[in-house]
Amino acid sequence: MMVRYRGGEGMLAWAFHRISGVAIFAFLVLHVIDIFLVGAAPDVYNTLLTFYATPVGIVMEWLLGAAVLYHGLNGLRIVVMDFWPPLTRYHRQLWYLVWLLFLLIGIPVTTVIFGAFVRSLGL
Amino acid sequence: MQIDLRILRYDPERDAKPHWESYGLEADPKTDRVLDLLHRVKHDHDGSLTFRRSCGHGICGSDALLINGRNRLACKERIEKLGRRISVAPLPGLPVVKDLVVDMDGFFDSYRRVMPFLVNDGPVPERERRQSPEDRARYDDTTKCILCAACTSSCPSFWAKEAYVGPAAIVNAHRFIFDSRDEAADERLEILAGDDGVWRCRTIFNCTDACPRGIHITQAILEVSSAIVERRT
Repeated sequence: MMVRYRGGEGMLAWAFHRISGVAIFAFLVLHVIDIFLVGAAPDVYNTLLTFYATPVGIVMEWLLGAAVLYHGLNGLRIVVMDFWPPLTRYHRQLWYLVWLLFLLIGIPVTTVIFGAFVRSLGL
Repeated sequence: MQIDLRILRYDPERDAKPHWESYGLEADPKTDRVLDLLHRVKHDHDGSLTFRRSCGHGICGSDALLINGRNRLACKERIEKLGRRISVAPLPGLPVVKDLVVDMDGFFDSYRRVMPFLVNDGPVPERERRQSPEDRARYDDTTKCILCAACTSSCPSFWAKEAYVGPAAIVNAHRFIFDSRDEAADERLEILAGDDGVWRCRTIFNCTDACPRGIHITQAILEVSSAIVERRT
């Protein structure tokens, strides 16, 4: 049903919100586990930290940042509409604003994350 | 213009599950609507095709269907907007009785739960209960509902939990909650503050997009949510 129904921007905004929310939750579980390993198994913790510094780890971190940023900004969009229901008439425009802010914040952060990685390789 | 019309058919006495059937039809894109095509199939191709329709002019709310993936009234949806390939299925999330007819009992049960009628135990006035234009304007938008179920059956929260009263019931509650002559707002807000009430709304806007009367449904739902919060503080 979810795939068959051709909803508009509102449904997409909600679908991305859900997907990013689940991704953030998965990271939190991972984070609880890796912090637990500091005391329980320091060697495993060190190996895990080395993995986080690999290209795959950095892309995962970047995706996590994107998920947090979208979830936060769209969450604010929902909060704004909750407080001022007439703004629901502009929910599409608010969603486009979310993406504008997402890019304005996301692009500099991307250059910082990947720039630091490239410099660490000594290239 | 030649149209390829696909209809999701289901006969409970013959079929184990619904299946698509295609019909090649000639249509005038300027004047024909989806309801015209359904009539053509029923009259010229297969008299057993079952669907609801009554006024045919977007007022009775009988022929809401899933048309090209969106809930629309068949009598209002013009062929010109849809193109040569058109798919028609019953409203999603509701049990199918036959072909395009769905069981609306649950939908109307939810509607009745919110007491969609004026409650005023004061002395009955000799003439009508008067109201200022400003007070009337407060709930004008939600008086337009025709109970077609396009909104409720487009809502992912309703698909996930059928007990959710759904957008249509909340719209009709809103119509009385904000009516200055009504005295049962608290009772309705109590019902809508429950597990199956307004808090299931995830501001997805499928309901608002689907409404054939252009009601700002999500706004109405959030106004009811705000009223619940304000009543508690």
